[in-house]
Amino acid sequence: MDISGHQHDLITARDAGMVACTSCGLVASPDVESCPRCHARMQSRKDGSIQRVLAWLLAGLILYVPANIYPMLRTTQMFKEQDSTIVGGVITLIHHHAYAIGAIIFIASVLIPVGKFIVIAYLALLLSRPHTKDPHRLHILHAAVEFIGRWSMIDVFVVAILVALVQFDVLASIKPGLAAACFALSVVFTMLSAQAFDPRLIWDVTDKGTPK
Amino acid sequence: MIYDSTCIACPHCDVVYRLSAARMVTRTRCLRCGYQLTLGKSEAIARVVGLALTSTILMGIVLFAPFLHLNAGPFASSASVADVVLGFATGIMMPLAFAVLIFIIVVPVARSLLLIYALAPLLTGHANASGAQSSLRWAFVLKPWAMAEIFMVGVAVALVKIGGMATVHTGTAFWAFVLLVVVNTFQDTFMCRNTLWTSLATNTT
Ligand SMILES: [Zn+2]
Ligand SMILES: [Zn+2]
Repeated sequence: MDISGHQHDLITARDAGMVACTSCGLVASPDVESCPRCHARMQSRKDGSIQRVLAWLLAGLILYVPANIYPMLRTTQMFKEQDSTIVGGVITLIHHHAYAIGAIIFIASVLIPVGKFIVIAYLALLLSRPHTKDPHRLHILHAAVEFIGRWSMIDVFVVAILVALVQFDVLASIKPGLAAACFALSVVFTMLSAQAFDPRLIWDVTDKGTPK
Repeated sequence: MIYDSTCIACPHCDVVYRLSAARMVTRTRCLRCGYQLTLGKSEAIARVVGLALTSTILMGIVLFAPFLHLNAGPFASSASVADVVLGFATGIMMPLAFAVLIFIIVVPVARSLLLIYALAPLLTGHANASGAQSSLRWAFVLKPWAMAEIFMVGVAVALVKIGGMATVHTGTAFWAFVLLVVVNTFQDTFMCRNTLWTSLATNTT
């Protein structure tokens, strides 16, 4: 149909008996395995999407535990060693009245990852059976998770920069802690989890709650 | 194998649209989910290639020029982006160094080179390079893994954290990096999937 049409006569590639390329948007007959225009693999719906979403999510969740227990930074100042975890670092910043920076780290390292775990798990579990939720809302949730997820990496970069800059032998030095590696991996895994999700599943369930 | 090159499907909700030639050059959103099907920018290819060249050059400056200088009493240090990456490169932190290297240098450079390789022949009137399709596809796939702008926010946070114990001066590479982030953001506004893929597919020279 033409784009100037109305919402009620929208037709999906699958309903038209076709398969769409999610990489370039080309619509082809279902026997096409790789896209003639961009060579991507063509699948009407990604195989085992929900299972892969949950597998990556679990990996990310498991790594988020040591990311919070072990230190992100080990600061040596005048022969004194001090370890700081993610939450410990935020508390120190608040103590020093660095509220804006404290808020940025708290949002990037705690709120966003935890929010992501909840939203992805919710979407994956909801879409594995019939439901009556408004697809527009679910779509916004998924888009938000895909857009915001990568910003969790901020604290890893902060650690990298501090480690590179603060190297004054006995006066002060900063070393990265185990949590930095765990946290970086956790972010990577949850990004893969969000990417494994096939957003077309959100729209497959009709307003009556029965999958087509 | 049948396909219709005047039709495109929304990658988010699978709705199919037939785009008229007029629609291809304006901004179009999916009627159901709001996904931007076309960005409607003229000269998208020339700009994407030009900006990719610019960001490759800027990355060269970023790598080899000093990034930040630090003074704390009698002590002074300066760090380039290479130092930031190598700061992690010991023992168990090796994978982390590797990850930082990939997110802030390798992926952004790779994306620029892939875009130039795939799209430059369209500008010079040559036939598509072999593997142009896969190159352009990978440039899109790598998009979320290029984290230059996130690194920049990390730099800002780190500067405030250090502020108390030392004075920090920004080096040439710092400003080149800021410019790089601006160039990349600007480039994204021209990365219209429909325009780029149609141009590549219809290049018959
Ligand atoms: Zn394709
Ligand atoms: Zn859509």
